[in-house]
Amino acid sequence: MALTTEPSTDERVLDRVVIRFAGDSGDGMQLTGDRFTSASALIGNDLVTLPEYPAEIRAPAGTVAGVSAFQVHISDHPITTPGDEPDVLVAMNPAALKSELSKISPGATVILNIDAFDERNLAKAGYDHDPLTGDDLKGFTRIDVPMTSLTRGACEPLGVKTRDAERSKNFFALGLVSWMFSRPVEPTLEWIEAKFGNKPQVRDANVAAFNAGHAFAETIELFGQPYRIAPMAEQQPGVYTSINGNTATAWGLIAAAHQAQLQLFLGSYPITPASDILHELSKHKNFGVRTFQAEDEIAGIGAALGAAYGGQLAITTTSGPGVALKSETIGLAIMLELPLVIIDVQRGGPSTGLPTKTEQADLMLAMYGHHGESPLPIVAPSTPAGCFWGAIEACRIALKYRTPVFLLTDGYLANGAEPWLIPDPATFPDLSVSFLTEPNHTLADGTRVLWPYLRDPETLARPWILPGTPGLEHRIGGIEKEDGTGNISYTPANHEKMVHLRAEKVAGIAADIPPVVIEGDEDFEVLVVGWGSTWGAINGGMERVQRTGRRVGHVHLTHLNPFPANLGEILARADKVLVPEMNMGQLSRLLRAEYLVDARSTSKVQGLPFTAREIEAAIMGVLDD
Amino acid sequence: MTDTAVPETTRKDWTSDQEPRWCPGCGDYSILTAVQMLMPDLSVRREETVFVSGIGCASRFPYYMNTYGIHTIHGRAPAIATGLAISRPDLDIWVIGGDGDMLSIGGNHLIHALRRNVDMTILMFNNQIYGLTKGQYSPTSEVGKVTKSTPVGSVDAPFNPISLAIGAEATFVARTHDMDRKHMQEMFTAAHAHKGAAFVEIYQNCNVFNDGAFETILAKSARDDMLIPLVHGQPIRFGGEGQFGVVMNDRGAVEIVEVATVGEGALLVHDETDAGLAFQLSRLSHGPTSPTPIGIFLSVELPEYGAGVNSQLSAAVERRGAGDLATLLHSGATWEI
Repeated sequence: MALTTEPSTDERVLDRVVIRFAGDSGDGMQLTGDRFTSASALIGNDLVTLPEYPAEIRAPAGTVAGVSAFQVHISDHPITTPGDEPDVLVAMNPAALKSELSKISPGATVILNIDAFDERNLAKAGYDHDPLTGDDLKGFTRIDVPMTSLTRGACEPLGVKTRDAERSKNFFALGLVSWMFSRPVEPTLEWIEAKFGNKPQVRDANVAAFNAGHAFAETIELFGQPYRIAPMAEQQPGVYTSINGNTATAWGLIAAAHQAQLQLFLGSYPITPASDILHELSKHKNFGVRTFQAEDEIAGIGAALGAAYGGQLAITTTSGPGVALKSETIGLAIMLELPLVIIDVQRGGPSTGLPTKTEQADLMLAMYGHHGESPLPIVAPSTPAGCFWGAIEACRIALKYRTPVFLLTDGYLANGAEPWLIPDPATFPDLSVSFLTEPNHTLADGTRVLWPYLRDPETLARPWILPGTPGLEHRIGGIEKEDGTGNISYTPANHEKMVHLRAEKVAGIAADIPPVVIEGDEDFEVLVVGWGSTWGAINGGMERVQRTGRRVGHVHLTHLNPFPANLGEILARADKVLVPEMNMGQLSRLLRAEYLVDARSTSKVQGLPFTAREIEAAIMGVLDD
Repeated sequence: MTDTAVPETTRKDWTSDQEPRWCPGCGDYSILTAVQMLMPDLSVRREETVFVSGIGCASRFPYYMNTYGIHTIHGRAPAIATGLAISRPDLDIWVIGGDGDMLSIGGNHLIHALRRNVDMTILMFNNQIYGLTKGQYSPTSEVGKVTKSTPVGSVDAPFNPISLAIGAEATFVARTHDMDRKHMQEMFTAAHAHKGAAFVEIYQNCNVFNDGAFETILAKSARDDMLIPLVHGQPIRFGGEGQFGVVMNDRGAVEIVEVATVGEGALLVHDETDAGLAFQLSRLSHGPTSPTPIGIFLSVELPEYGAGVNSQLSAAVERRGAGDLATLLHSGATWEI
């Protein structure tokens, strides 16, 4: 954080700061971070968040395994990552200090809930010494605050039970940090009222704790002057909201259904980190949204496919292990040539892997993880708000080409938030579809008949025929069909023709998607190719390298099958191609196979996003090679 | 879809142009005939009728009906039909599958479709064998079944499909067999009229891989003494002379008795609304080797799933108005620059 001085005010001005809230899973750190983020958004800072929490709902209290953290990067200029190293750490207990201290910047400020640093908690955290008296905190600015007892004191006049009062200590921390960084208090107080209005005791305790934290920071001299992070100077005017990837995905689906004038159907089975899309959509029944919580992943996609056959915009949401279960039905959807969007919010795998952590290792699964020759389009948004447009784009392709489409997001996009200039629905694309209402083919003898697999010459899509339409009764299924008539056919040449037709249909979408653009230097020395949530880190890393005078280009793919039509030409210009991915090099292998380029992989599979510094190092490594 | 009266149809109207491809002599033919002949009497439209099937011999059924139809994947027909039923309550949905399809690979979907009470008529063709894969034992095969995959006999106990359906909270459960078109049509008519999920088990002979599986109870000479017709409100009685009956004994269990011994007045009167009784009756025989009840075991009216889902949608519109995109996008905390 660069410190500048502004003489006319008693505040100290920062251009940006990275704050990390950490505590026990039961301490409410995600909520604290989320409220701090909202208040920051409201005053016009740019922001990127990184929530990190354990897979266990309540890991043993006080242990390192149970630490839940929320990192937020706020700034007065556009930023793209949650920040490499926090400048401020709020540690609610010894376990949080132990697990987080190594991640923060040298010289960072560490705010400790000193009440929690007793022998018992130190032991639970696995400390064999007292970090408060040892060298652990050497070089850091340490501020000890008895948060638990001060919260208890603040709540005492309310008659709240001690244990309940202590639960509000996260609001004490929030009040404290809100003062420290000059966040407005009203949004948080209003939020507490809206959330806990019907539980007056909880509301009053939270308000008391928040105010007490705020007043404490203002009064005691440990904190000096508050910091100010100015609103972004050059922001597009308009109304903004703060949105995470899962909410953006859900809203994008609702918008797509609206633009297609179809009802939305979600068939889903709960799985981390995708469940919030199901939760969000289930709130919006007044948009004609049907959400079906199925008995398993297979029924989730099965019911969605049934709804697609019935004429609805059908979606299934899941994460990697769920995709594996849905695979057979994806094959049927490819064969039936019905629109269907499969959303994979990727997490660390294989198997249960790292269910609450992010990864990009399902690209090959989406691309090839089905039986037979079964190509399907893949769309992958690159920012939380971008999930809104990604969802619309996936629906557009599915509806227009009558095909299942993969939408690949990940845990980082799903839970990360950013400010979003709310778009005007009048600008949304028209996704209207037409259903076949009468026979579409004339036989030699002049009879009009239905050919369910007669294709649109431009898109190669077959007609969408709704049951209930008189005169178009027909049977479809997973068995190979004769081109045109759709009758069962085991003829060798016909199968080959159908395999080619299905592949051509998907390949042809390349003419209907935007070309990729080069960010950074057009005359690059090295081209960085990425996809999905690595966009922010790649741009951050690229800018650092550019500052040294080197020329770097960045191409970020949101369409992974088919690839944009101009990608090959851009790759052909590149002497050096670097592909950073949160997997073992899946896109780099696809690029090598498709374009015969020496695409070099840089890989990170820690369940965490790349930092800008890691990308910078990887780019420098390639440049110096 | 239209207000006009349902047009008169004949069996021919419900028969597709596809030649059935079952083995000659297969019991599936008589079930197909029973359904095709029944459809004109059900006051339904061809275009509003959808047959959904899984995989297996029985699952070829939709190809032979001149209606809408989807031949899906193994075991998943109830799940796919559920999505269709929720989204299109105007349709009349039939789900067709065999014992392997519905009780083995698709067992999970069947029980959940039943307990949710999704509006669909489920016909399960039970031939106690895998036909399409050429003769492996199925989850309804008797213990000790010798097949290609169990050369020294199967070890595992079979499902009792009627008990399973009742245990899965089904609201309509019936059994019929492929040798009696009239009885099949009575069961199908009642199942079709039922609101919610209706489950019909059809004993069906596979003359290639499990010929005569039901011979003990379905041979013309055996039927009188081996089939126990269940008729709501009637004493449960069978045998050529009505000489056998079912009573509830001192221990509260149902058992077969000679009417002459206990007297007519002691016979149990069938009550299709009593799930406990239905379950007990389903336990009278385990496999088609002893006197076996046929007919409607259970029929109760309970809320139908799709109607519940759709009423939540209309209630939401009533309460909050039809959804507006701009309002949705501004529903979080917002700020203006």
